[in-house]
Amino acid sequence: MLEQIEGSLAIAKAIALCRPEVICAYPITPQTHIVEGLGAMVKSGALEHCEFINVESEFAALSVAIGASATGARSYTATASQGILFMAEAVYNAAGLGLPIVMTIGNRAIGAPINIWNDHSDSMALRDAGWIQLYAETNQEAADLHVQAFRLAEELSCPVMVCVDGFILTHAVERVDIPTQAQVDAYLPPFEPVQVLDVDAPVSIGAMVGPEAFFEVRYLQHHKQQRALGLIPRLATEFREQFGRDSGGLVRRYRTDDAETIVVALGSVNGTVKDVVDAMRDEGHAIGVLTICSFRPFPLTEVRRALAHAKRVVVLEKSLAVGLGGVVSDGVRKALSGIVLHGHTVIAGLGGRAITRKSLRELFERAERGALGQLEFLDLDWNVVEREIARTRRKRRAGPTAEAILRELGTVASQIV
Amino acid sequence: MTRETVNVEPLQAVKFYQTGTFTVGNRLLDEAQRAVQANMRRTNSLNSGHRACQGCGEALGARYAIDAAMQAAQRRVIAVNATGCLEVFSTPYPETSWQIPWMHSLFGNAPAVAAGVAAALKVKKRGDVKVIAQGGDGGTTDIGFGCLSGMFERNDDVLYVCYDNEAYMNTGVQRSSATPPAARTATTMSVGPHPGNVFGTGKNVPLIAMAHGIPYVATASVANLRDLEAKITRAMGIGGARYVHVHVPCPLGWGSDPADTIKTARMAVESGLFPLFEAEAGEITARYRLRKPVPVEAYLSLQKRFAHLFTPQRDDATIAAIQSIADRNVRRFDLA
Amino acid sequence: MFQVRIHGRGGQGVVTAAELLSIAAFAEGRHAQAFPSFGSERMGAPVMAFCRIDEREIRLREPVMNPDALIIQDPTLLHQVDLFRGLAPSGFILINSSRSFHELGLQDFVSGFPADHLCTVPASDLALEHVGRSVPNAPLLGGFAAICGQVRIDSVTTAIRERFTGRTGELNAAAARAAYDRVVRQRTQAQSDADHAHA
Repeated sequence: MLEQIEGSLAIAKAIALCRPEVICAYPITPQTHIVEGLGAMVKSGALEHCEFINVESEFAALSVAIGASATGARSYTATASQGILFMAEAVYNAAGLGLPIVMTIGNRAIGAPINIWNDHSDSMALRDAGWIQLYAETNQEAADLHVQAFRLAEELSCPVMVCVDGFILTHAVERVDIPTQAQVDAYLPPFEPVQVLDVDAPVSIGAMVGPEAFFEVRYLQHHKQQRALGLIPRLATEFREQFGRDSGGLVRRYRTDDAETIVVALGSVNGTVKDVVDAMRDEGHAIGVLTICSFRPFPLTEVRRALAHAKRVVVLEKSLAVGLGGVVSDGVRKALSGIVLHGHTVIAGLGGRAITRKSLRELFERAERGALGQLEFLDLDWNVVEREIARTRRKRRAGPTAEAILRELGTVASQIV
Repeated sequence: MTRETVNVEPLQAVKFYQTGTFTVGNRLLDEAQRAVQANMRRTNSLNSGHRACQGCGEALGARYAIDAAMQAAQRRVIAVNATGCLEVFSTPYPETSWQIPWMHSLFGNAPAVAAGVAAALKVKKRGDVKVIAQGGDGGTTDIGFGCLSGMFERNDDVLYVCYDNEAYMNTGVQRSSATPPAARTATTMSVGPHPGNVFGTGKNVPLIAMAHGIPYVATASVANLRDLEAKITRAMGIGGARYVHVHVPCPLGWGSDPADTIKTARMAVESGLFPLFEAEAGEITARYRLRKPVPVEAYLSLQKRFAHLFTPQRDDATIAAIQSIADRNVRRFDLA
Repeated sequence: MFQVRIHGRGGQGVVTAAELLSIAAFAEGRHAQAFPSFGSERMGAPVMAFCRIDEREIRLREPVMNPDALIIQDPTLLHQVDLFRGLAPSGFILINSSRSFHELGLQDFVSGFPADHLCTVPASDLALEHVGRSVPNAPLLGGFAAICGQVRIDSVTTAIRERFTGRTGELNAAAARAAYDRVVRQRTQAQSDADHAHA
């Protein structure tokens, strides 16, 4: 049923429909509304057969999910930013143990400096932990991906992260079609664990594994993600058949077939990019956008297929590998191995810096003109940067950079963007 | 056909020595009073074949504790283990010595993982299956402390058993917040003007557990295995968060004779350094009154980790300081 | 697409206003997107919220850079924050005030705007009178319905009643309707003044 609803609540409703059995939550902006919504549903009785546990840290949150999942309960938690780092040990642990936990990441920047706004540094920090990572473009997709995530996680026995842009999606009120219980039940069968703590059939889970076997165990995790490359599209197709809309899958192409310039991006920014692409297409530019939904496993074949014919590729990403450059673009380059074209990495939106149509339009036109470098930073204030570099060069004990820049900027609240 | 119960008096009056310890031999006791370990039908939850050191107090304590728990729970127990000696020596890949469903996740999250197991069982309406979390002092008093407190505060239906050998033994005998003052460890070496561990403020986790007001807290020792079994059994009959802190000598880390593990543990108890008590909802309900009190020296002298207090010369001041800790315990816990 | 930017201070219901506006548009079968701009969240700090309304799916995710309408919930922001940045030349401005644009010192700035696109309404006073609390967001939404007609007043009052149930909902809806009536009158007056000026 169509609802005008906050993204977080749409996600909460979708999760509730998946019949979760254990939900554990530690609050962190911007995921709070999701777990608050679920908590209210459990407390009121709207969501039955579910234990909602308020834990004392993110590390505890995922640990509770690990114990619950190992006991055969469908388990869920959510976090962001500092929280996913605080539970980092448990993130690797859940993947290594093959527990089908679903976790929402309300994408938010990681400090220092502390920042509550959106970028992808948090989920990217744990991209190699062995979790499947799916990125939602809209709140509709955010809700839908959770339904697919439980199915995917349980079929593979692999945890899944659903990444949803903090504030931009989580706190946006928009139209979402909330499925019915019958629809979700038809798509998501009850949880049948691969391994389970059962007094009638005791097993030991989590033993130390030495050099004689660790390599094989770790490889099999990688193999599981290779299987996911086939399963994710199949589940998306099945989803379309049952729910009547496209959500998820590995990648999504928009006007790329005859494009000379193709933009690649994850998450909500794809919406803004599509508006710019349409405006430029109306003026005769051959431009399109490739949305990557599954970032882990990284769909090398699909990305290659979509981009191979382009003259230039602009990877627009909300993550910075400090000391190197792009994160997503690494995967894209790998996918394009052997193909010669102009590839550009554009870092944008870090710490919630707005990504505007105007700036994107200028950026794409520069790309078409061949005036784009290999690594660019969209709307970075170079004046501020240069002044700060000069300031720190003047004396050794120059004080903290962040505070110095903020002092320069003046009253932030009086600015629109 | 009816049967009459007949009281049979023993033909000979038997004087039992060492009353209260049941060392007289289980066969002379009522079945209900016998140790679980004396029962041929004990579950051997921690089976033989594990790789613990000779004389390991933790292996001894765990075996008694888990089998007692299994008996109390009609053989339906799931165990969650923190990283540490017990976890490592009980599951040398590809073998496991556990005959019960058992899980190891991380070092610091055993209480939280156990809480998750308990939640899943609750949702699945398996109230008959009980959850035990286990960890050493490192995993309990240090790195797992936050999760432990969370488990206490939520009153999760978990029995947490801490096997306290007073240092991070598995990684090579490094100091933990449970390491006693003056003890030598790899990170508090017996060198310099103040050899061994510092005299800090200590961290009494049983008292902290009591401060959380949880339903049951107890200290136990491998010096009195029957008492350990009884406390575990009592804990298994109570719901909510429960904590049992077991003192377990580590011959390797303490530098004690593997043959003296139980004796060393008994000296710790009888000196007052490790008080045995039970508490419910934050109030002490029972304590073991020292039957044969000894000076702390009787305990310290058995362990090389305190050797620097005796050679090359006696460190009377430090021994006296340790004695006053013991004396304070005797006063505070009413052990005399 | 019609884009609205709402300015106010924390605690004045700016975020709720944007959400209710989006719900009103949704009720009329249109697509709407409402989201806040997060600065520091303490009470009294300047905050913004945005609402986009369109016949088709809204894909755009940037803050509203070029609003078609501004709702200013707190006039003390007027000379502190660059409220009018990006406003379309024939945009709508609705200000929570009992004073006129002239009295607010804005006459020079708004000289090029159609007169019936500029309205002030004493929303805080209306809220205080009808609801007993001077939270101006509900009356301002009523005023918004009147000033630009993007949503009907009935959709606004329905959205208000669903969000604030019971008596609070009724009172807020009444305040919205009172503001609506005022703005309608103000616009009619402005239009007739303009007609007379041309005559």
